[in-house]
Amino acid sequence: MKTHVEARNVVKRFGSTVALNGASIAIAEGETHALLGRNGAGKSTLVSILTGLQRPDAGEVLFSGEAAPALADRDAWRRQVACVYQKPTIIPTLTVAENLFLNRQTDSGMIKWRALRARARELLATYEVDVDAEALTGDLDVEQRQLVEIARALSFGARFIILDEPTARLDGPAIERLFVRMRALREQGVTMMYISHHLDEVYEICQSVTVFRDARHVLTRPVADLPHDDLVTAMTGEATVAYESRTRTPGEKVVLSSAGLTLAGRYQDVDLSVRSGEVVGLAGSASSGKVGVAETLVGLRKADSGTVVVNGARVKPGDVPAALKAGLGFVPEDRHHEGFVPLLSVGENATIPIARRLGRFGTVSPAKRRGKAVQLIKELDIKTEGPDQPVGDLSGGNAQKVVFARALVDDPAALVVINPTAGVDVKAKQALLGAVEDAVERGAGAVVVSDELDDLRICDRVLVMFHGRIVKDVPRGWTDHELVAVMEGIQP
Amino acid sequence: MTTLTAPAPRLRLGRFRDLTLVPVIVLLLIVGAFLDPIFLTTGNLTNVLQQQASISLLVLAEAMILISGKFDLSLESTVGMAPALAVMLVIPATAGGFGLGLPGMLVIPLCLLVGAAIGAVNGFLIIKFQLSAFIVTLAMQIIVHGLQLGPTEGKTLFELPESMLYLGSATWLGLPASVWIAGVLFVAGMVGLGYFRVGRSLYAIGGNSDAARAAGIRVDRVLWGVFILGGMLAALAGVLETGRLGAVGSGQGVGWIFMVFAAAVIGGVSMDGGKGTILGALTGVLVIGLVQNILTLKGVSGFWQPVVYGFIILVALMISRVAGGKAQD
Ligand SMILES: Nc1ncnc2c1ncn2[C@@H]1O[C@H](COP(=O)(O)OP(=O)(O)O)[C@@H](O)[C@H]1O
Ligand SMILES: [Mg+2]
Repeated sequence: MKTHVEARNVVKRFGSTVALNGASIAIAEGETHALLGRNGAGKSTLVSILTGLQRPDAGEVLFSGEAAPALADRDAWRRQVACVYQKPTIIPTLTVAENLFLNRQTDSGMIKWRALRARARELLATYEVDVDAEALTGDLDVEQRQLVEIARALSFGARFIILDEPTARLDGPAIERLFVRMRALREQGVTMMYISHHLDEVYEICQSVTVFRDARHVLTRPVADLPHDDLVTAMTGEATVAYESRTRTPGEKVVLSSAGLTLAGRYQDVDLSVRSGEVVGLAGSASSGKVGVAETLVGLRKADSGTVVVNGARVKPGDVPAALKAGLGFVPEDRHHEGFVPLLSVGENATIPIARRLGRFGTVSPAKRRGKAVQLIKELDIKTEGPDQPVGDLSGGNAQKVVFARALVDDPAALVVINPTAGVDVKAKQALLGAVEDAVERGAGAVVVSDELDDLRICDRVLVMFHGRIVKDVPRGWTDHELVAVMEGIQP
Repeated sequence: MTTLTAPAPRLRLGRFRDLTLVPVIVLLLIVGAFLDPIFLTTGNLTNVLQQQASISLLVLAEAMILISGKFDLSLESTVGMAPALAVMLVIPATAGGFGLGLPGMLVIPLCLLVGAAIGAVNGFLIIKFQLSAFIVTLAMQIIVHGLQLGPTEGKTLFELPESMLYLGSATWLGLPASVWIAGVLFVAGMVGLGYFRVGRSLYAIGGNSDAARAAGIRVDRVLWGVFILGGMLAALAGVLETGRLGAVGSGQGVGWIFMVFAAAVIGGVSMDGGKGTILGALTGVLVIGLVQNILTLKGVSGFWQPVVYGFIILVALMISRVAGGKAQD
């Protein structure tokens, strides 16, 4: 088979960090090639080098055996390689049509908007993307935005496409639709590089896999020859067993409950109750309203009617501080927006909820904060230079651990975590699930809202939501198929 | 998407968002007409336009800079300093100049060149050194104003070359030349930002500069150009103001920047970048100009007027929040 894309001995440094240390990859024509590695392994850095956004400090990139174009020649790069980056590259304030033809609205002279919109509609139709060309891109949902990016990437005529963690923020059906598209592209002979933390996805749509670890190439193999466990071992550098969830007997005391929660258009009549020592899962598709319910429990959202009781006290709706005071800890859905303050240190971020008790008269004692932070860093095994490092510098999994530290710092009676392992690698995932189970063993009650079946496996029971209502209470011992069927509303 | 999460369908008002202030302008015209018979006369309205001409150029400049996701506080100092320096370069030492004996015809080109240089310095510090635009231009605002006060020793320059006075005082086809100039530049701005790739690239840069770079836009070069153009527009505003007043005072332009931001923001230009239009900014200028005129006609003390402007900004923000449905940014 001919090699379509190759990177040889690429080195890339960012200050003192070596993001790639002589890493190589070779992708055969027409295959879908997975690139795996833990957070911070250098995958996204390789993507920016393969797409000509960054110059490698050493090493070379070849397309079909020929040297890559000059860095300044963006159009030449885009004819070689199309990419859906990990970070969105659309301009939210512009229309879909303009985003599709960004910086090529016209060859010369004035832009003809009507013609541009027509071309955009044509392009969207070609790639079967059902999005209004005149909509503001910022108003689209994640899946639609991604489809716009894919359509744009393909419109340059590249025969090689990179997808960097495209499924991290998509729900089940949207992922399936993405895979249908990827398979169709493969049938047309398009070469793809696919990055994901979901190993089952890799087995589903990739033919070969390359693993990076600590900025280096570890192995390249056909997917069929590589059992799941060996793949995990290659990524982590040590044999890891699959996460074993623990068994426990929940207590009697109800630590978190809701009655008749209703928010028009999101969810209706949600009653739930979580006991001390119990983990309750909340599952459902993206439109099921599960995140809305969880955000209402913690006070980020206000329901139209209904009540939330935390640890015996009825909390004021839509009031996060009141919920925290009543003994609640939570991990929000979007850690970058609600989870941490990137410029503040690990220590400060982790201790925000208890700052009040670390000193007197509104001051915070730095020594006490440090002490507490060091303890949390150790408990959650956060990989950081120390409590003074800004959280913004940490990799995804470690930043998420800091968010967990913050949720757990006050020994909450009730814990609500939303998509706790999104975009987090295998080892960090296990640590995070372990942290939830530890807290529950200390007597907390937990609600785990997740799109990941693996996360839901630690739950004593899973409440499945469909179109805004809780439709089923599934006890431990479900199979993937059963749960998905309920979530999709196929089975009552 | 299911109906459950679909956002309530909103009319496509986005396209008319530039025009949200038009009803306000109409309302002001009606109110003004009732309050004072002089208000709706051609003479008075011309007066309003002429008074707003120079500040509107600053709004044009600031709107472009804000759309690109940057910030410039130093524009107001350029309004006084660029003409002052240019004038001193051409007038004799006896009149308070440097006595270089440069021809008087050069005064406007020199003035624009000074403005461009200030913009270039801003761009250099912000783009090459990656400093915060807010702090850089705050410092530059102080420095540039100081560079006017130093050489002039705080004195007003009265003996100006003829060419410096012409644009700000001439009348073309019955309207002040400055109004024509501002009008033409605004039209150029609307066409440039609405229909040309380089203009659209300002929106891309302000909206997501990494994405703009990935699309092949030369982000640094464009931003630099915007700062230089901004400086030149501020210098031109200085020329018009100088001609209108017949002198360059040490306080020329001082304090304008707040009105400039107010006009741009109530005109729908976002402080976060990537959003807003030149037409919107223009309606913002007109609203402020009309309010100012009505207050003056009604004899409201100049000391109290700022309170009214402050309220207008807040009310405009609240209206755009309600009309746009989204948090103002
Ligand atoms: N622009 C940058 N500046 C500084 N460090 C960076 C930058 N980009 C990536 N890194 C660092 O390089 C390493 C590899 O990052 P990345 O390629 O994003 O990993 P992955 O995509 O595999 O999770 C990480 O340690 C990250 O912190
Ligand atoms: Mg990455």
